[in-house]
Amino acid sequence: MKLITAIVKPARVDDIKVALQSNGIQGMTVSEASGFGRQKGHTEIYRGAEYIVDLIPKVRIEVLVDDADLNRILDLIVNTANSGAIGDGKVWVTPVETVVRVRTNERGSDAL
Amino acid sequence: MSGINTGDTAWVLMSGALVLFMTPGLAIFYGGMVRAKSTLNMMMMSFAAIGVTTIIWVLYVYSIIFGKDSGNGLIGNLDHLGLNNTIDQVVGSEGHTIPTLAFVMFQLTFAIVTVALLSGAIADRAKYSSWVIFVGVWITLVYAPIAHWAFASQGGSGGWIIDKLGALDFAGGTVVEINSGAAALALAIVLGRREGFKRDPMRPHNMPLVLLGAGMLWFGWFGFNAGSALGASGLAATAMINTQVATAGAAMSWLVYEKIKGGKATTLGVASGAIAGAVAITPACGYVTPLGALAIGLVGGVASAWAVSRKYKFNYDDSLDVVGVHGIGGIVGMLAIGLIGTTAVNELGGNGLFVSGSPSLLTKQVIAILATAAYSFTATFIIAKIIQKTIGFRVRRDVELEGLDTTTHAESAYDINPFTSR
Repeated sequence: MKLITAIVKPARVDDIKVALQSNGIQGMTVSEASGFGRQKGHTEIYRGAEYIVDLIPKVRIEVLVDDADLNRILDLIVNTANSGAIGDGKVWVTPVETVVRVRTNERGSDAL
Repeated sequence: MSGINTGDTAWVLMSGALVLFMTPGLAIFYGGMVRAKSTLNMMMMSFAAIGVTTIIWVLYVYSIIFGKDSGNGLIGNLDHLGLNNTIDQVVGSEGHTIPTLAFVMFQLTFAIVTVALLSGAIADRAKYSSWVIFVGVWITLVYAPIAHWAFASQGGSGGWIIDKLGALDFAGGTVVEINSGAAALALAIVLGRREGFKRDPMRPHNMPLVLLGAGMLWFGWFGFNAGSALGASGLAATAMINTQVATAGAAMSWLVYEKIKGGKATTLGVASGAIAGAVAITPACGYVTPLGALAIGLVGGVASAWAVSRKYKFNYDDSLDVVGVHGIGGIVGMLAIGLIGTTAVNELGGNGLFVSGSPSLLTKQVIAILATAAYSFTATFIIAKIIQKTIGFRVRRDVELEGLDTTTHAESAYDINPFTSR
């Protein structure tokens, strides 16, 4: 099993959620995040002064998938998150030892 | 107490309540403008202004402002210590007298809001105990003399600005606005810049609070300006419509300026513009026509919108723009009287340069502006320096970074984390 972690623009979250749901993904975790990547923030003008905004609001999406589904779901997330503009975010994959469903104590793929 | 005019008395009593309402309004306006971690401290500074000023007002401040002039137009005497000789007394002209205590209450609310305004210049970094002491010292040594100069009319032998110079200030362009602007600049310089000034945007954390506060100030300002007619009169009606027109005009002109300069019409802009317009019309509201008030509002909004960005150029951290909004707005209004003031509105007023062709009134207005600003800045600077050198005026760096609410008041404005707020 793998954990997909995607850092995406807040405006793409709804589309990604719908795409995951219609492709058989049963669960996801979404949290607010802020940070910067290669774009290193941007400048904004507010009340007559220019500021560098380096920590930009993003959303972190976490999805657990079976190894067999990994590439399909990864492509789905990346394609949906891609607006072509800088700051579209990053997606990475980490191996998962096991997963437990709390209510039934099911383990591994059965718990997904 | 025979012969008081009940209509006039009712309006002044009501106005006292309206103007007092401005200070909690200011607390909310300022509270929304700072970062979340020091919201309560910002509001607490305004409430200390209400408490301290009220206590010393009754004890001696009313007397040294409105007591009989000491002879040189600089300060009043001590005849009314503890509000002695005010009960059952009346003030006002024949047929329009009101109880002296109604006047005492009305004027008290002006002093409160003026000192509360200063807190905006030193947001997020002032030691609370030092602020409480500062309020009492500043009201005594700065507000009281200037209020005597410009408000204590005693048949030609009262305060020098109103009775000898003859400059016009209907509701406090000098005493409240230019005074607070100049004092705010001195405070901002003495306390120094906030950690991260110019590096971090330090945006307002709660814009709905800012708008609510601006609305309370706008509402209360009718008592401030129309109440300064000290009667339920045609002059009060003029002052009221003028206040509305200038406030609305400046709210819109600030937005236009902002849209042209930065590309966005902001909520903070419309709120600041409204206040700048109300400030600018404050001295002029009883001396100009409604169309004149519109011009004052439009110019005042743009002038203050330009002025608030100067702090980045000159590198002083007037955090909530007291100098740009109140100082500059007050100057615009005082000068406007000298340009477009007309006795057609108020026979006790004067004709400005564009009406009479004579610069005489304008010259008096300029003198009143300069005297107020110079005295206020200098005296405030000295008071703040002394407090800083003795008991300290600024919190430690770690306190400032953590925020003043938890460190100074043991409270938090938004205690909503379910795991830590039990």
